[in-house]
Amino acid sequence: MKPVYFDYAATTPCDPEVVAAMLPYFSDRFGNPGSMHAFGQKTKGAVEEAREGIAAFLGADSGEIVFTSGGTESNNMAVKGAAYARRGKGNHIITSQIEHHAVLEPCHFLEKEGFEVTILPVDGDGRVDPDDVRRAITDKTILISIMHANNEIGTIQPIAEIGKMARERGVYFHTDAVQTLGHLPFTVNDLNVDLLSASAHKLYGPKGVGLLYVRKGTRLTPFMHGGEQENKRRASTHNVPGIIGFGKAVEMAQGSLEKEVRDLIAWRDKLIRGFQEKIDQVKLNGDPTRRLPNNVNISIAHVEGEGMLLSLDMLGIACSTGSACSSASLAPSHVLMAIGLPHELAHGSLRFSMGRPTTAADVDRLLEVLPPVVAKLRAMSPLYHKT
Amino acid sequence: MSQYSEKVMDHFANPRNVGEIENADGIGKVGNAVCGDIMNLYLRVENNIITDAKFKTFGCGAAIATSSMVTELVKGKTIDEALAITNRAVAEALGGLPPIKMHCSVLAEEALQSAIDDYLKKQRDKA
Repeated sequence: MKPVYFDYAATTPCDPEVVAAMLPYFSDRFGNPGSMHAFGQKTKGAVEEAREGIAAFLGADSGEIVFTSGGTESNNMAVKGAAYARRGKGNHIITSQIEHHAVLEPCHFLEKEGFEVTILPVDGDGRVDPDDVRRAITDKTILISIMHANNEIGTIQPIAEIGKMARERGVYFHTDAVQTLGHLPFTVNDLNVDLLSASAHKLYGPKGVGLLYVRKGTRLTPFMHGGEQENKRRASTHNVPGIIGFGKAVEMAQGSLEKEVRDLIAWRDKLIRGFQEKIDQVKLNGDPTRRLPNNVNISIAHVEGEGMLLSLDMLGIACSTGSACSSASLAPSHVLMAIGLPHELAHGSLRFSMGRPTTAADVDRLLEVLPPVVAKLRAMSPLYHKT
Repeated sequence: MSQYSEKVMDHFANPRNVGEIENADGIGKVGNAVCGDIMNLYLRVENNIITDAKFKTFGCGAAIATSSMVTELVKGKTIDEALAITNRAVAEALGGLPPIKMHCSVLAEEALQSAIDDYLKKQRDKA
């Protein structure tokens, strides 16, 4: 049987139309957009067209889009760039426990540089309380960074509300939208953000290209020096094929977004219900309704995630786990710890994330395959007793 | 997943000696839920020879495979021979473990030591 991929939150396949759009820019149209001759001007035009398309999709001006190498760079650029640019004004940053490491680690780096970081807790569903943000803001606060939707548990945060608050207090507001661009309908004005990170490979674009939306007037200290690209905000020759692919991917998402959201929510809820009916002692992680349409994250008591992941992999189903045993650090996911899961349930977590190629048959197959995998491992588990 | 050897995958997919032994002569229970691995090992000992071994394990693929392998290795061994089985021996019998998973073989050795200690204590109590 054909293997089924349920790990679209990790990465997506490049759409063939995206690949086709990119191909000419590897060889025929190879010019450097920084060159004044016709070769360069041709690719410059294509890069700017991609920028305009993406900006329009985000409700932004094209001058507000900075292309980067991906989500991690965008988050680093936003957090460190804003912190250094506003150092004269204050040294306090607010973020949350469930951010991606690409936000948390730059914050920890800044702590060593003398910045103060408040890391807000989340509730049991993984939501940040806007009142906690309000209370945390001081005269020294220069930046708030809260992700749009969590990559592990899918919880969507009250970004617009937090953004409004940040604006009233004159604090920059950044959101990591790596999981939501092209997956949820929004504009930067809906979200009240000054900075927004996204990555192409999460929406059927190529790996190695991302963007940072930088609202006009937002100051950032660049950390790539050595060229005047991207209005001097990020030196480096443009990743032309990547940017063209990103543009095409966003254009395609625009066309299919509404139907995809509808289908995925139906399948997501079918999976959640199905798991709860077919397997005892299953817990849904993350907010039941305010969650990414493609995300199912469950903890299955008394079995360990890597064991389930390996068993599913042998049966042709690919997913991921927040279990410590699958990570290099041997520590369970910081997100699952933040929502207050006991260690044992964190070890028994599985994330299934769907995508555009997912079919109703894939969903049915997963519902058939997981329960016997769990039963087999539970038969080996000294902890399991049927309730 | 390629991080594991074929032998590890075999013992994970078809674990040997899963279960408990009723009135076992020696029981070893090691690990905890915080670290993510719990191993229970049961031994039947007759005339100083381990005649049967079974396990129940909560843990990753490597934890299950090392549990399975240690039960295979001890069967037919005398108590002294079993005490000489090291975590390296378990890992080697499995065709090696990724460095980050070596602690699973340590857990298997500890489970075995603990089960034998339990057996020896029960023998002393009887005497």
